[in-house]
Amino acid sequence: MPSSQVPDGTEVAAEATPSWSRRRPPLTRGRALQGALPYLLILPVLVVIGAVLGYPLYKLFTLSFQRYGLFELIRRQGEWIGLDNFSSVLHDRVFWHTLERTIVFTIVNVGLTMVLGTLIALLLVRVSNWVRVLLTSGLVLVWSMPVVVAVQIWFWMTNFQNGILNHVLTQLHVGDYFQHDWYGTTFSKLAMVTLLIVWGAIPFVTITVYAGLAQVPRELVDAAEIDGAGPLRVFRDVTFPILKPIFLILTSLSIIWDFGVFAQPYLLISPSNVDASNYLMGVYVYIEGYAQTNFGRGAAISLLMLVMVAAMSVFYVRRMVRMKDVQ
Amino acid sequence: MTTATETTSAAATAAGQKGRRAALVRRERRRRIRRAAWNLVGLAVFAVMVFPVFWMISTALKPDSEINSFTPTWFSPSPTLDHFRDAINRPYFWDAVKNSLIIVGVTVVLSIVLAFLAAVALAKYRFTGRSLFVVAMIGILMLPQVGLVIPLYVVLAKYHLTSDDPKRALTAVIITYMTFLLPFAVWTLRGFLLGIPKELEEAAMVDGSSRLGAFVRILLPLVAPGLVATSVFVVITAWNEYIFANVLLTNQSNHTLTVWLSYFTGTSRNTDWGGLMAASTLTAIPVVIFFLVLQRRIAFGLTAGAVKG
Repeated sequence: MPSSQVPDGTEVAAEATPSWSRRRPPLTRGRALQGALPYLLILPVLVVIGAVLGYPLYKLFTLSFQRYGLFELIRRQGEWIGLDNFSSVLHDRVFWHTLERTIVFTIVNVGLTMVLGTLIALLLVRVSNWVRVLLTSGLVLVWSMPVVVAVQIWFWMTNFQNGILNHVLTQLHVGDYFQHDWYGTTFSKLAMVTLLIVWGAIPFVTITVYAGLAQVPRELVDAAEIDGAGPLRVFRDVTFPILKPIFLILTSLSIIWDFGVFAQPYLLISPSNVDASNYLMGVYVYIEGYAQTNFGRGAAISLLMLVMVAAMSVFYVRRMVRMKDVQ
Repeated sequence: MTTATETTSAAATAAGQKGRRAALVRRERRRRIRRAAWNLVGLAVFAVMVFPVFWMISTALKPDSEINSFTPTWFSPSPTLDHFRDAINRPYFWDAVKNSLIIVGVTVVLSIVLAFLAAVALAKYRFTGRSLFVVAMIGILMLPQVGLVIPLYVVLAKYHLTSDDPKRALTAVIITYMTFLLPFAVWTLRGFLLGIPKELEEAAMVDGSSRLGAFVRILLPLVAPGLVATSVFVVITAWNEYIFANVLLTNQSNHTLTVWLSYFTGTSRNTDWGGLMAASTLTAIPVVIFFLVLQRRIAFGLTAGAVKG
């Protein structure tokens, strides 16, 4: 960052650049205040986050080593039981099955979202102006649907009695879907959740990739086409390398979001039907910890989940911080 | 190339031009056909993507007999607003609207003010711990919220904020929302502030304004679009939030609109689909309006500068 960006006389800045220290003005009360100014400015945010996030995070850590149920919640005092929660979770087949299911679910969801989102973005470049405006408005409309609303729409479209999905599939002669129950098997349930999540996630990916496509130099694409490269080749060798940072960020964000997804599976499979046979990580933590008021064990699961997501976020956070340095 | 052709005989020129024009026309026609084909694909994608939203509105406007028929109609021949009337007359609807408005209003005002201060510090000053602060902000955005439900519930219960008393319960939700929205707001506002040329601010100070004067007269009007965009995003996120509202608002009369909507169906087999879709439409309308204000700007908050980086 150029030194012209550093406000004059700021204490920290003066210390950071030795060439200035010779001309460093005497430390008056006003100057001390100016040095403290940035800290005063971030203080409120730090206080709120520290109180409502820092303390619970610390609490999450200690809870995971305690027996903490409804009785302890009322007494406001847990009982220390060491690593019992963790060993109970790690020896639980449900945990491993859930983890496995969630990983597969995440890969499928992120894959579908990225591929379909990118294809639609590439489509946007090729259509006439009016179609582009129409399609973009449609995507923004989809994007704006609250998750709970989207779940209710899905609920209605896929209900076995008179859902439009069964009707359309039967009309198109895909097969006999009259009164087909889409929530009969685990696979089918999660497939419906996948449809819902991918549908909701496509607009963000498409609009971001489309914005990125505008930055691909037209001459590069033209040159490749003159050299006889087909559309696939152009995408692989020209477009993709330029958009790679965008793809990486979108993919890592999608992985983090889909791995921790809660509202869609919980509400669409419906609170009375979520169980060990169809848990995803988010639902598992919620049911086993919060809903069954086994807070200690739930905290242990949460902690394991947070560690996994933190490991996945390292890439994204590093990338964002590095971008900050470039600016 | 053209001049070379012109030097040959007139007949050859005419023939050559005709041939070239024919080739051009052919290429133009082929391009138009290809464009038309892509347009068709685009319209198909539009239809598939928008269909669920269309179906929600269409269902909300249909009389029950059409909704429950086995041969659905796309548009109702006799649209009705009955379901909307039913939905708003359901118990707790107006409570939910009021709660949502209070939570969203307080959250947006508090988080924008606090976030703006922090964003100024990040954008205009260098200080020790700055990078750590930035990493913490982005890290928090990545936390899966459901993983924090348990400790937040336990901590808030400790301070009696999970009670049925509306004031306490709404306070708990507001401060919870703020922790997750502040990092986002700080990050986006910082981006907007960095976009303002330093020279403008310095010029104002040279002209005799104090730092505060320069801030109010120069910086504030320039950053106003950023403040609007960030506020709108905060409003939308707070309005849509479900997990924490569901956990922290135990009493029905304290529910927000999304929680109210999630309990709409209950467990009965004879769901009032028309009413459910009307209620869904009502929940979505404010968000759609706000999204129109924001348009595309939101996409850039999370990926700003990705190509350059």
